[in-house]
Amino acid sequence: MTGFSAARPAPVPVLTLGDILLVTLQGDLHDGAAEQLQHDITHRIAAGPGPVGGVVIDVSGVDIVDSFLGRVLAEIAANARLLAARTVLAGLRPAVAITLVELGLTLPGLVTALNVDDALARLGRTPSAAPPSHPEEGA
Amino acid sequence: MHARTASTSRLPITSDSDLAWVRQHVRQAAAEVGFNLVQQTKLVTATSELARNTLVHGGGGHMEATVLREGVTRGIRLSFIDGGPGIADPELAMTDGYSTGGGLGMGLSGAKRLVAEFTLESRPGQGTTVTVTDWVSGVPSPRTGAP
Repeated sequence: MTGFSAARPAPVPVLTLGDILLVTLQGDLHDGAAEQLQHDITHRIAAGPGPVGGVVIDVSGVDIVDSFLGRVLAEIAANARLLAARTVLAGLRPAVAITLVELGLTLPGLVTALNVDDALARLGRTPSAAPPSHPEEGA
Repeated sequence: MHARTASTSRLPITSDSDLAWVRQHVRQAAAEVGFNLVQQTKLVTATSELARNTLVHGGGGHMEATVLREGVTRGIRLSFIDGGPGIADPELAMTDGYSTGGGLGMGLSGAKRLVAEFTLESRPGQGTTVTVTDWVSGVPSPRTGAP
Protein backbone atom coordinates (compact mmCIF):
# COMPACT_ATOMS: atom_id res chain seq x y z
CA MET A 1 0.00 0.00 0.00
CA THR A 2 1.58 3.24 -1.11
CA GLY A 3 0.68 6.41 0.75
CA PHE A 4 0.02 9.63 -1.07
CA SER A 5 0.91 13.10 0.08
CA ALA A 6 -1.90 15.56 0.66
CA ALA A 7 -0.77 17.67 -2.29
CA ARG A 8 -0.63 15.14 -5.11
CA PRO A 9 1.91 15.79 -7.85
CA ALA A 10 0.59 17.26 -11.10
CA PRO A 11 -0.34 14.62 -13.70
CA VAL A 12 2.05 14.04 -16.58
CA PRO A 13 0.64 15.70 -19.76
CA VAL A 14 -0.20 13.42 -22.69
CA LEU A 15 0.27 15.20 -26.05
CA THR A 16 -1.26 14.17 -29.36
CA LEU A 17 0.88 14.04 -32.50
CA GLY A 18 -1.37 12.78 -35.30
CA ASP A 19 -2.41 9.32 -34.10
CA ILE A 20 0.57 9.13 -31.71
CA LEU A 21 0.45 9.89 -28.01
CA LEU A 22 3.64 11.59 -26.84
CA VAL A 23 4.53 11.57 -23.15
CA THR A 24 7.62 13.28 -21.76
CA LEU A 25 8.75 12.19 -18.31
CA GLN A 26 10.96 14.56 -16.33
CA GLY A 27 13.10 14.22 -13.22
CA ASP A 28 11.70 12.33 -10.27
CA LEU A 29 8.32 10.77 -10.96
CA HIS A 30 6.16 10.02 -7.92
CA ASP A 31 4.59 6.56 -7.76
CA GLY A 32 1.11 8.07 -7.81
CA ALA A 33 1.85 10.13 -10.93
CA ALA A 34 3.22 7.05 -12.72
CA GLU A 35 0.09 5.04 -11.93
CA GLN A 36 -2.11 7.96 -13.00
CA LEU A 37 -0.20 8.15 -16.29
CA GLN A 38 -0.77 4.43 -16.91
CA HIS A 39 -4.50 4.98 -16.44
CA ASP A 40 -4.55 8.14 -18.59
CA ILE A 41 -2.74 6.54 -21.56
CA THR A 42 -4.87 3.39 -21.48
CA HIS A 43 -8.04 5.46 -21.28
CA ARG A 44 -6.96 7.73 -24.15
CA ILE A 45 -6.24 4.75 -26.41
CA ALA A 46 -9.53 3.05 -25.60
CA ALA A 47 -11.85 6.03 -25.40
CA GLY A 48 -10.26 8.70 -27.60
CA PRO A 49 -10.74 11.36 -28.76
CA GLY A 50 -9.37 10.01 -32.04
CA PRO A 51 -7.65 6.71 -32.89
CA VAL A 52 -4.23 5.99 -31.37
CA GLY A 53 -1.75 3.89 -33.34
CA GLY A 54 1.27 4.39 -31.13
CA VAL A 55 2.62 5.72 -27.86
CA VAL A 56 6.03 7.35 -27.49
CA ILE A 57 7.37 7.76 -23.96
CA ASP A 58 10.34 10.13 -23.82
CA VAL A 59 12.45 9.24 -20.77
CA SER A 60 15.54 11.30 -21.69
CA GLY A 61 14.86 13.56 -18.70
CA VAL A 62 14.49 10.72 -16.20
CA ASP A 63 17.27 10.29 -13.60
CA ILE A 64 16.41 6.78 -12.45
CA VAL A 65 14.11 3.92 -13.40
CA ASP A 66 13.55 1.54 -10.49
CA SER A 67 11.54 -1.69 -10.55
CA PHE A 68 8.31 0.18 -9.79
CA LEU A 69 8.62 2.60 -12.72
CA GLY A 70 9.96 -0.22 -14.90
CA ARG A 71 6.86 -2.25 -14.13
CA VAL A 72 4.57 0.70 -14.90
CA LEU A 73 6.31 1.30 -18.25
CA ALA A 74 6.06 -2.39 -19.16
CA GLU A 75 2.39 -2.43 -18.21
CA ILE A 76 1.66 0.70 -20.27
CA ALA A 77 3.18 -1.08 -23.29
CA ALA A 78 1.24 -4.28 -22.56
CA ASN A 79 -2.04 -2.39 -22.15
CA ALA A 80 -1.44 -0.44 -25.35
CA ARG A 81 -0.62 -3.61 -27.28
CA LEU A 82 -3.89 -5.21 -26.20
CA LEU A 83 -5.65 -2.08 -27.45
CA ALA A 84 -3.90 -2.27 -30.84
CA ALA A 85 -1.32 0.47 -30.23
CA ARG A 86 2.46 0.13 -30.19
CA THR A 87 4.66 1.71 -27.53
CA VAL A 88 8.24 2.93 -27.94
CA LEU A 89 10.42 4.04 -25.02
CA ALA A 90 12.71 6.83 -26.24
CA GLY A 91 15.96 8.28 -24.94
CA LEU A 92 16.85 6.09 -21.98
CA ARG A 93 20.04 7.53 -20.42
CA PRO A 94 23.14 5.30 -20.56
CA ALA A 95 23.54 5.35 -16.74
CA VAL A 96 19.90 4.32 -16.37
CA ALA A 97 20.30 1.50 -18.91
CA ILE A 98 23.42 0.20 -17.13
CA THR A 99 21.60 0.30 -13.78
CA LEU A 100 18.50 -1.48 -15.13
CA VAL A 101 20.57 -4.37 -16.46
CA GLU A 102 22.41 -4.76 -13.15
CA LEU A 103 19.11 -4.53 -11.28
CA GLY A 104 17.94 -7.46 -13.41
CA LEU A 105 15.23 -5.49 -15.17
CA THR A 106 15.85 -5.71 -18.90
CA LEU A 107 12.22 -4.97 -19.90
CA PRO A 108 12.17 -7.49 -22.76
CA GLY A 109 8.66 -6.49 -23.88
CA LEU A 110 9.53 -2.85 -24.46
CA VAL A 111 10.55 -1.45 -27.85
CA THR A 112 13.19 1.26 -27.41
CA ALA A 113 14.58 4.08 -29.53
CA LEU A 114 17.49 6.46 -29.00
CA ASN A 115 15.32 9.59 -29.24
CA VAL A 116 11.81 10.75 -30.14
CA ASP A 117 12.57 11.12 -33.88
CA ASP A 118 13.89 7.56 -33.94
CA ALA A 119 10.79 6.41 -32.03
CA LEU A 120 8.45 8.04 -34.54
CA ALA A 121 10.41 6.44 -37.38
CA ARG A 122 10.02 3.03 -35.72
CA LEU A 123 6.26 3.64 -35.62
CA GLY A 124 6.34 4.42 -39.35
CA ARG A 125 5.89 8.18 -38.92
CA THR A 126 8.36 10.63 -40.39
CA PRO A 127 8.80 13.38 -37.81
CA SER A 128 8.95 16.19 -40.39
CA ALA A 129 5.68 15.11 -42.03
CA ALA A 130 3.80 14.82 -38.74
CA PRO A 131 1.24 17.50 -37.99
CA PRO A 132 2.00 19.93 -35.15
CA SER A 133 1.27 18.68 -31.67
CA HIS A 134 -1.81 19.70 -29.73
CA PRO A 135 -1.07 19.93 -26.03
CA GLU A 136 -3.94 18.52 -24.03
CA GLU A 137 -4.47 17.92 -20.37
CA GLY A 138 -3.99 14.42 -19.05
CA ALA A 139 -7.46 12.88 -18.76
CA MET B 1 24.05 24.14 3.35
CA HIS B 2 24.28 21.82 6.33
CA ALA B 3 27.51 19.88 6.83
CA ARG B 4 26.89 16.19 6.33
CA THR B 5 30.42 14.84 6.71
CA ALA B 6 30.85 12.50 9.68
CA SER B 7 27.28 13.13 10.69
CA THR B 8 24.18 11.05 10.14
CA SER B 9 21.00 12.40 8.58
CA ARG B 10 17.70 10.80 9.45
CA LEU B 11 14.85 11.01 6.95
CA PRO B 12 11.33 9.68 7.47
CA ILE B 13 9.82 7.22 4.98
CA THR B 14 6.08 7.41 5.50
CA SER B 15 4.64 8.44 2.14
CA ASP B 16 5.01 8.48 -1.62
CA SER B 17 6.56 11.95 -1.51
CA ASP B 18 9.05 10.88 1.18
CA LEU B 19 10.42 8.38 -1.37
CA ALA B 20 11.15 11.23 -3.76
CA TRP B 21 12.79 13.28 -1.01
CA VAL B 22 14.95 10.34 0.13
CA ARG B 23 16.10 9.72 -3.47
CA GLN B 24 16.94 13.41 -3.87
CA HIS B 25 18.89 13.45 -0.60
CA VAL B 26 20.98 10.41 -1.60
CA ARG B 27 21.57 11.82 -5.09
CA GLN B 28 22.92 15.03 -3.61
CA ALA B 29 25.06 13.27 -1.00
CA ALA B 30 26.50 10.91 -3.63
CA ALA B 31 27.40 13.82 -5.91
CA GLU B 32 29.06 15.71 -3.04
CA VAL B 33 31.10 12.68 -2.01
CA GLY B 34 32.34 12.34 -5.60
CA PHE B 35 30.44 9.39 -7.06
CA ASN B 36 30.37 9.38 -10.85
CA LEU B 37 27.07 9.48 -12.72
CA VAL B 38 26.69 5.72 -13.09
CA GLN B 39 27.52 5.15 -9.41
CA GLN B 40 25.06 7.88 -8.41
CA THR B 41 22.35 6.33 -10.57
CA LYS B 42 22.96 2.86 -9.11
CA LEU B 43 22.93 4.10 -5.52
CA VAL B 44 19.80 6.22 -6.00
CA THR B 45 18.05 3.29 -7.70
CA ALA B 46 18.99 0.95 -4.84
CA THR B 47 17.75 3.63 -2.43
CA SER B 48 14.43 3.77 -4.23
CA GLU B 49 13.97 -0.01 -4.06
CA LEU B 50 14.86 -0.22 -0.37
CA ALA B 51 12.91 2.85 0.70
CA ARG B 52 9.84 1.51 -1.10
CA ASN B 53 10.25 -1.81 0.74
CA THR B 54 10.38 0.13 4.02
CA LEU B 55 7.17 1.90 3.08
CA VAL B 56 5.21 -0.93 1.47
CA HIS B 57 6.34 -4.00 3.44
CA GLY B 58 7.54 -2.38 6.67
CA GLY B 59 4.59 -0.02 7.02
CA GLY B 60 6.92 3.00 7.01
CA GLY B 61 10.12 3.80 8.85
CA HIS B 62 13.17 5.92 8.22
CA MET B 63 16.53 6.10 6.45
CA GLU B 64 19.83 6.99 8.08
CA ALA B 65 22.52 8.32 5.75
CA THR B 66 26.15 8.59 6.85
CA VAL B 67 29.10 9.87 4.86
CA LEU B 68 32.16 7.69 5.50
CA ARG B 69 35.85 8.37 5.23
CA GLU B 70 38.37 5.53 5.25
CA GLY B 71 41.86 6.80 4.50
CA VAL B 72 41.56 8.63 1.22
CA THR B 73 38.42 6.78 0.23
CA ARG B 74 35.00 8.24 0.80
CA GLY B 75 31.72 6.44 0.86
CA ILE B 76 28.10 6.48 1.93
CA ARG B 77 26.26 4.15 4.25
CA LEU B 78 22.47 4.01 4.10
CA SER B 79 20.27 2.17 6.57
CA PHE B 80 16.58 1.55 5.91
CA ILE B 81 14.81 0.81 9.16
CA ASP B 82 11.24 -0.23 9.81
CA GLY B 83 9.34 -1.69 12.73
CA GLY B 84 7.09 -3.78 10.54
CA PRO B 85 6.29 -7.50 10.47
CA GLY B 86 9.84 -8.51 9.56
CA ILE B 87 10.90 -11.06 6.97
CA ALA B 88 10.21 -14.69 7.83
CA ASP B 89 12.71 -16.12 5.36
CA PRO B 90 15.39 -13.56 4.38
CA GLU B 91 17.07 -16.01 2.03
CA LEU B 92 13.85 -16.52 0.10
CA ALA B 93 13.18 -12.76 0.10
CA MET B 94 16.57 -12.22 -1.56
CA THR B 95 15.64 -14.49 -4.46
CA ASP B 96 15.06 -12.87 -7.87
CA GLY B 97 11.38 -12.87 -8.69
CA TYR B 98 10.15 -13.63 -5.17
CA SER B 99 7.48 -11.14 -4.11
CA THR B 100 4.77 -10.84 -1.50
CA GLY B 101 3.82 -7.30 -2.45
CA GLY B 102 2.64 -7.68 -6.01
CA GLY B 103 5.88 -6.24 -7.42
CA LEU B 104 8.43 -7.78 -9.72
CA GLY B 105 10.39 -9.31 -6.86
CA MET B 106 13.56 -7.52 -7.95
CA GLY B 107 13.76 -4.99 -5.10
CA LEU B 108 16.04 -6.66 -2.55
CA SER B 109 18.05 -8.88 -4.86
CA GLY B 110 18.41 -6.10 -7.42
CA ALA B 111 19.43 -3.49 -4.86
CA LYS B 112 22.12 -5.83 -3.54
CA ARG B 113 23.68 -6.03 -7.00
CA LEU B 114 23.82 -2.22 -7.26
CA VAL B 115 25.97 -1.59 -4.17
CA ALA B 116 29.31 -2.78 -2.76
CA GLU B 117 28.10 -4.01 0.64
CA PHE B 118 24.65 -5.18 1.70
CA THR B 119 23.35 -6.54 4.99
CA LEU B 120 19.83 -7.49 5.98
CA GLU B 121 18.73 -7.96 9.58
CA SER B 122 15.20 -9.01 10.28
CA ARG B 123 13.25 -10.81 12.95
CA PRO B 124 9.60 -11.71 12.57
CA GLY B 125 7.54 -9.18 14.49
CA GLN B 126 10.47 -6.86 15.15
CA GLY B 127 11.05 -5.11 11.88
CA THR B 128 13.74 -5.05 9.25
CA THR B 129 16.97 -3.09 8.79
CA VAL B 130 18.77 -3.14 5.46
CA THR B 131 22.16 -1.43 5.34
CA VAL B 132 24.06 -0.72 2.14
CA THR B 133 27.48 0.87 1.70
CA ASP B 134 29.14 2.15 -1.42
CA TRP B 135 32.57 3.70 -1.98
CA VAL B 136 33.82 6.27 -4.46
CA SER B 137 35.61 4.71 -7.46
CA GLY B 138 36.35 1.67 -5.24
CA VAL B 139 36.61 -1.92 -6.18
CA PRO B 140 33.94 -3.22 -8.54
CA SER B 141 31.22 -5.04 -6.64
CA PRO B 142 31.43 -8.84 -6.80
CA ARG B 143 28.91 -10.09 -9.34
CA THR B 144 27.49 -12.83 -7.24
CA GLY B 145 24.12 -13.94 -8.42
CA ALA B 146 23.98 -11.58 -11.37
CA PRO B 147 21.19 -12.50 -13.78
